[in-house]
Amino acid sequence: MSEAVPLVALVGNPNAGKSALFNALTGARQKIANYPGVTVERKSGRACFADGRPVELIDLPGAYSLEPDSLDEAVTRDVVLGRFEGQRRPDALIVVVDAGNLDNHLRFALELIGQGLPTVVALNMVDLASRDGLELDADRLSAELGVPVISTVAVRKRGLDLLMEQLGQQIASPGSAGPAPVGRGDITRRAHQIARTAIVSETQGRQWTRRLDSVLLHPIGGLLVLLALLFVMFQGVYAWSEAPIGWIETGFALLTDAINATMPDGIFRSFLTDGVIAGVGSVVVFLPQILILFLFILLLEASGYMTRAAFVMDRMMAAVGLSGHSFIPLLSSFACAIPGIMATRTIMDQKERLATILIAPLMTCSARLPVYTLIIGAFIPATSVGPGIGLQGLVLFGLYVAGIVGAMLAASVIQRFVTHSRQSSFLIEMPRYQMPRLRDIAIGLWQRAWLFLRRAGTIIFAATIILWALLSFPKVPEGAVESQVEYSVAGRIADGIEVIVSPIGFNHDIALALVPAMAAREVAVSALATAYAIDAEDEDQQAMSLGMQLSGKWSLATALAFLAWFVFAPQCISTIAVTRRETNGWKWPAFMVIYLFALAYVAAGITYWGATAAGLG
Amino acid sequence: MNLDTLPKQALARIVAIDWAAIPETEGHRLRSLGFDTGVTVEALHKGILFWRDPIAVRVGRMTVALRRKVAIAIACEPLP
Repeated sequence: MSEAVPLVALVGNPNAGKSALFNALTGARQKIANYPGVTVERKSGRACFADGRPVELIDLPGAYSLEPDSLDEAVTRDVVLGRFEGQRRPDALIVVVDAGNLDNHLRFALELIGQGLPTVVALNMVDLASRDGLELDADRLSAELGVPVISTVAVRKRGLDLLMEQLGQQIASPGSAGPAPVGRGDITRRAHQIARTAIVSETQGRQWTRRLDSVLLHPIGGLLVLLALLFVMFQGVYAWSEAPIGWIETGFALLTDAINATMPDGIFRSFLTDGVIAGVGSVVVFLPQILILFLFILLLEASGYMTRAAFVMDRMMAAVGLSGHSFIPLLSSFACAIPGIMATRTIMDQKERLATILIAPLMTCSARLPVYTLIIGAFIPATSVGPGIGLQGLVLFGLYVAGIVGAMLAASVIQRFVTHSRQSSFLIEMPRYQMPRLRDIAIGLWQRAWLFLRRAGTIIFAATIILWALLSFPKVPEGAVESQVEYSVAGRIADGIEVIVSPIGFNHDIALALVPAMAAREVAVSALATAYAIDAEDEDQQAMSLGMQLSGKWSLATALAFLAWFVFAPQCISTIAVTRRETNGWKWPAFMVIYLFALAYVAAGITYWGATAAGLG
Repeated sequence: MNLDTLPKQALARIVAIDWAAIPETEGHRLRSLGFDTGVTVEALHKGILFWRDPIAVRVGRMTVALRRKVAIAIACEPLP
């Protein structure tokens, strides 16, 4: 073996508890990156053998066999076989099987053992299996498979030391090769036969999953529960985020005050306060909302409910040519389209996967919230239209619905005329319910927060600085009638764009904001904030809230058209980039950008002309 | 009898699967999930609202959701 730290891959079926085992072995010190050339996440981390030598672990995507049905499974196969360019072949495998689902998971385990790498089998979730009335004999299983089998309970760290000890021994002196590879037809029979040998006793157990499913998959009750969950989720995103958003805003305000108090007025102070803090600060404030949304999604996934939601939604998604498989990525897209588009990898039908990617940006992602909140707060009166229903909330709800309806219409047109899909399909394993572990959820949330802050610190930071510079130079000469914003480079670029967007009611300020908002939608808000901050004539005007400034300068029809624009406009560089990577070329991102901009222009136009005709201009 | 008409809670053994009637990727996944002749299945849940689609089936100790158009291709005989 080489001098390098040995590389060990965790591999197994989906729902075998692989990620929990990976978290338990490596702790929070994980590195997330992508495999070269694809957006499949590569999770790696360090652990130690019994004698203290380090080992690098990688968590491969869950798969059913070495004959892939999806992109995820193809990565797993290529890494295990050592065919993946830019990724060295693992020195050993930890094959994770669910103790409660032996006859199914042993099939893939047999395939993997047949590869001849040093292998240890983790018989995982033995506690859940015995809860379900299943007692297993790990030694008998080990004798049949020809490799060590260790009973583990990843979430309670049971069996992990023994697992690492056996792994170390296997790498040091690989025992006899596993059983001779068997043909595909035989492998199922062999798996069943081995499973029967390993099962000591089998009773009905308490069957929690069955009881819960009778409610959660009930033809009417199941739908009501899902709707109630979604309601609580979106309610939580707003209600629970208020306080933390306030803290972040206060923090940035204190920072601005401190800089104003300690630094002399000048170009560098303007750069820090008008550029960096106004720009990046306006984006970081909605970290709480993103985290709350992801908290719900991680909980739904870890508990095993997510596939039930897919079951409940399948028939309705079928009406527009999609299936329950698309529901999960689309739900994630309400937080952010990027993880949503990446989650489409598990969709087997490639046409459906493409259609789902193309409509994912229509789900109202959290980046639209600052835009919506700003405009609604400034232009829609906080009146009540019924008991407990405010007009502002109703407008926001309408914007969400507009996105969903737009997505469904787009999906049916795309599936019919673009991908020419004849029929969607739905075939999915529904795992047992489990109590989500706090630790696994916390690690997931931390990873999301880090990815978001890194984005704010790079793309959004850069876009903000460029915009600040374009807005600040050249300096308007003393005594000129033009304002600084109009005189600047950005102002002159906006003059050109204004020609195109003025028919749909957009003014010069909006034309100006749309350019940097190409980087990310929320930048539209920081762009307006930066423009008005630079343009402010005195301290009083600078202190006036952005909303108040807007309501003095824009007509209601313009504001509504601006909202309609952002329901559709694909203004997010990261989404376009991830679409390019996921579809292997520029064809589909180009199609996506064009059709969404066309929809945005038409929607904003209809809104503006309609509102003007109704006398709201 | 085919899997789509199997009454809820009833056990049955798969006697034949018409692989030609199932798209290739779905057929492959179906095998991966343990569907094969001789395997015992149980219909657990059927559809949402007024649709009778999709259905949830127990195979071994696992629950699998599938659409009726696939279930139609799976012939089974009821077990006592």
